[in-house]
Amino acid sequence: MKLDGKVPAGGLSEKWTQYRGTMNLVAPNNKRRIEVIVVGSGLAGASAAATLGELGYNVKCFTFHDSPRRAHSIAAQGGINAAKNYQNDGDSVYRLFYDTIKGGDYRSREANVHRLAEVSRNIIDQAVAQGVPFAREYGGLLANRSFGGVQVSRTFYARGQTGQQLLIGAYQSLSRQISMGNVTMYNRHEMLDVVKVDGKARGIITRNLVTGEIERHAAHAVVLGTGGYGNVFYLSTNAMNSNVTAAWRATKRGALMANPCFTQIHPTCIPVSGEYQSKLTLMSESLRNDGRVWVPAKKEDVMAIREGRLKPTDIAEEDRDYYLERRYPAFGNLVPRDVASRAAKVACDEGHGVNATGLAVYLDFASAIMRYGKSEAHSKGMVSPSDAEILELGEKVVEAKYGNLFEMYAKITGENPYKTPMMIFPAVHYTMGGLWVDYNLETNIPGLFAVGEANFSDHGANRLGASALMQGLADGYFVLPYTIGQFLSGEIRTPKIDDQLPEFEAAEKAVKERLAQFMNIKGKQSVESFHRRLGKIMWEYCGMSRSEEGLTKARKMIQDLRAEFYSDVFVPGDLNEYNPELEKAARVADFLELGELMIVDALDRNESCGGHFREEYRTPEGEAMRNDKDYTYVSAWEWTDVTKDPVLHKEELKFDNVELKTRSYK
Amino acid sequence: MKLNLKVWRQKGAATGGKFETYTVEANEHMSFLEMLDVLNEQLIAEQKEPVSFEHDCREGICGTCSMVINGHPHGPMKGTTTCQLHMRHFNDGETITIEPFRSNSFPVIKDLVVDRSSFDRIIQSGGYISVNTGQAQDGNAIPIEKDLASEAFDAATCIGCGACVAACPNASAMLFTSAKISHLNMMPQGEVEASQRVLNMVNQMDVEGFGACSNVTACEAECPKEISVKNIARVNREYFAASLASEKTSSK
Amino acid sequence: MNWFVRFLTSSIGKKLIMSLTGLFLCLFLVVHLAGNLQLLLDDGGEAFNIYAYMMTHNPLIKAVSYGTYFFIILHAIQGIILAIQNRKARSSRYAVTVTRTTGTNSFAARQMALLGSLILVFLGIHMGDFWWKMKSGQTSMVKYDSFELEVQNLYEKVEASFAVEWIVIFYVIAMIGLSFHLLHGFQSAFQTLGLNHKKYTPFIKALGKGFAIIIPALFALIPLYYMFVK
Repeated sequence: MKLDGKVPAGGLSEKWTQYRGTMNLVAPNNKRRIEVIVVGSGLAGASAAATLGELGYNVKCFTFHDSPRRAHSIAAQGGINAAKNYQNDGDSVYRLFYDTIKGGDYRSREANVHRLAEVSRNIIDQAVAQGVPFAREYGGLLANRSFGGVQVSRTFYARGQTGQQLLIGAYQSLSRQISMGNVTMYNRHEMLDVVKVDGKARGIITRNLVTGEIERHAAHAVVLGTGGYGNVFYLSTNAMNSNVTAAWRATKRGALMANPCFTQIHPTCIPVSGEYQSKLTLMSESLRNDGRVWVPAKKEDVMAIREGRLKPTDIAEEDRDYYLERRYPAFGNLVPRDVASRAAKVACDEGHGVNATGLAVYLDFASAIMRYGKSEAHSKGMVSPSDAEILELGEKVVEAKYGNLFEMYAKITGENPYKTPMMIFPAVHYTMGGLWVDYNLETNIPGLFAVGEANFSDHGANRLGASALMQGLADGYFVLPYTIGQFLSGEIRTPKIDDQLPEFEAAEKAVKERLAQFMNIKGKQSVESFHRRLGKIMWEYCGMSRSEEGLTKARKMIQDLRAEFYSDVFVPGDLNEYNPELEKAARVADFLELGELMIVDALDRNESCGGHFREEYRTPEGEAMRNDKDYTYVSAWEWTDVTKDPVLHKEELKFDNVELKTRSYK
Repeated sequence: MKLNLKVWRQKGAATGGKFETYTVEANEHMSFLEMLDVLNEQLIAEQKEPVSFEHDCREGICGTCSMVINGHPHGPMKGTTTCQLHMRHFNDGETITIEPFRSNSFPVIKDLVVDRSSFDRIIQSGGYISVNTGQAQDGNAIPIEKDLASEAFDAATCIGCGACVAACPNASAMLFTSAKISHLNMMPQGEVEASQRVLNMVNQMDVEGFGACSNVTACEAECPKEISVKNIARVNREYFAASLASEKTSSK
Repeated sequence: MNWFVRFLTSSIGKKLIMSLTGLFLCLFLVVHLAGNLQLLLDDGGEAFNIYAYMMTHNPLIKAVSYGTYFFIILHAIQGIILAIQNRKARSSRYAVTVTRTTGTNSFAARQMALLGSLILVFLGIHMGDFWWKMKSGQTSMVKYDSFELEVQNLYEKVEASFAVEWIVIFYVIAMIGLSFHLLHGFQSAFQTLGLNHKKYTPFIKALGKGFAIIIPALFALIPLYYMFVK
């Protein structure tokens, strides 16, 4: 298969404008007749569904949640990037483009990333107009903060709840379209298959999660905005119900899965506390603006802390190893996520981890508290304030900046982060990989589109902080609503798609058989237990660092686990009722296949780049070693039959505007 | 720690429900939902049907988790969702009663799972600003005073979980409805449609069959985001103004 | 539906009626108490009886009194309707009920309808005992030097009633009920009117607390004084 990214001709900064101006359009009278299915109602899905509704298409939007407002985009904390240059610190579209390409370790498509940087500015305007309450300065103008991997302040934020506010904005726009009748919303419906008619995506099969009914939904085109697959690791910062099923079902129908091994491990999460743990909680990256990461330099101090004989505050300044500041003086605590995560792993692997499991490092606000306290005391005109007064003032400033995050930390751990440093450890957070799409965000199946985290398009091998919200909304508000016209303009003569076609019948039958299969295994082990075991394999062998030997072993382990699943899983309840265990079984079954593909992909990529770190490919100082000569391509995998090996299709990446350099934050 | 759980079990909306008692071995670092996970694993191991409860992000922000624990929506800790509630706040040997959010406008789907789509319909009746994609002016075109933006934000932190309804002796949805109206009406962007919004959303709230607010303030006390009843007062006066002073009527 | 009917029958409109009638009745309580306090004077009921005459014969006050009857009935009926509707909004009850509130008495806030009913029963007895007897002329007449006309001796009735143990006990219980009713009702009325202000609300709440304790306490003081002191 020849993969065509369909990148339009022209100079990098003119491509999108020119393309948009010459694209095929669908006339309003035809839009009314054309139906579009949008699966997922997160930032990408909701914004796409709302915008398509505004344009006049007949939209059907599906979510497995009880309401479109619940999607996991809501949990994003830190912020959203935009090249507004409101701070006058030298930011520009090109700089955001460049930072994103570099941050992604040169594994993303130039044209897509530039378009993302261009529309980033419109997103902020749109969100403000919707009433999103971004943080503001005293003068009433929008505030910004800095984020990992960049040297300008371009991140717009809404306390520590930016994702929530942006999602609610999109949800409200969607609600408006629902009330106007342009969008029909299907809550508590899970997509279980894509239906292809004459090679084009023409509908989906869903399960009504309340009644268990299997339904057919037909449309002229299908858009997947179904998020990432981080839950393949079982423990991740993703929501419990986030899953790969929609994207994976598309893969099984012939869509290509691109760069599945590119997963992002977020450096600042609350460490695992026990076997029962169901998920991990992220502490926003914005904390690294003021928090300093360290471990005790001396092994005896580490042991004393683990055994509870010493408190972190007892360790003298000179006995602390602020390893990020030491190793990366230029960026310090603000190095990109992949670098920070690996450095934490190195510190813990060397035996400096600070909790009982040895898998935690400190994130310390003591010096920030004192610094803010001093400046606050100064601005209040206090003459020679005492340390206690400075501390109190400083804590207030830190509370105003990060209060809700500190509170969340205290709730979960029962410790007071104002008085003792936080303990953090990396955890799976985001998946850069996803369905392969071209410049139009269309997969290799005509009429099947993927937006947001569900596609692979913009982040390369590593995503920069505050870029996920940007990409989700860019795709949904400003890209897909235009580019889908390229496909739909060819469909204006296509009558309403008939859901009685044999293709729909066959797909529905297959879905029903698959679900019945899960129910009929009647084994002994819970779905959860399989998921947990899969997660352990993935984290151990395909997590923060990977090796050929480990990956090869893990592939076999997953195949065995999958076989065990199909012979010994127990799904309680019935098919025709509200049955969360059945939902989970279908999702875990898909993860059991995806996990293997991630390993195959990680094995194929004999280099270290971004979130993919192969132990065999590193510099003498332990930094990642990229191989641009052999691996400057997108790995797009075809895998419709799991009994056979996945087939690799390569899309070569061309860099006409940036020079490929070794990423250095030193 | 050993806990006795009295859990509401109900097969579906049409059938009645009753309490079942279970014993579960938990540990104090677990979250409340992880404790229920342990219970469910136990039930599955006995080939019994696990307790259905809703949850998703487990970070206290999606608003999916619900349930009333010992009489408190989201449990006894102030400003905390069920998923952020940890077992260290319970005692060994304690009996915990777990019930669904009860309101006729939140019919039970199964066990502890309820249907909160009435909230969606309230938002659909006017909880938005009518602006199409691409119509926006520059983000900094309208300065908004910092304190005002912050107050609008406080109202906007609502996660739509329904604890206010569950806590209210009248099962009123005033806190939810007023939080959204306040968030939008306070900001200059939302002011344009302010009168119509308050008329339509209050009307929809009444249509859904929620009770009337009698200022008990249990909603604020139990709200995991501690949203203030000040929003209710604001909506009351905006509703009077819109009903009596403006020429508008509810368009729904 | 007519916009005005729609407004008054909306959940907020209904509460507005409760709020306005409630505040009016608060005012009525003050006027009523002012009269009652004259019962504490040691003048054989002269001031009280003349006051009662004025209240029943001044045409303006008469008009206001019809308004009062109407508002009491409206407040009661609307309150009952709301209580029934609110109860209907939750047909399946909680096994465990705890009411945590912020800045209001949780017992009072929860039991407004019950407290209101208690007050309504009290009003019935009260009206039968004094008002009806006065209206139907079941009282003797008395003439004072300070007033040109003969007036009904309502004081005599009061003395007689406040000598009956159960009436005094019930009177005091009703006043405790009224106190709780006001404890929530007073400040709640302002909240319903949309008055929740960082600067004024603390004052309203303090005033409400004082009002809810002092007014019923003074009302209750009178029968207790008659029973135990006089």
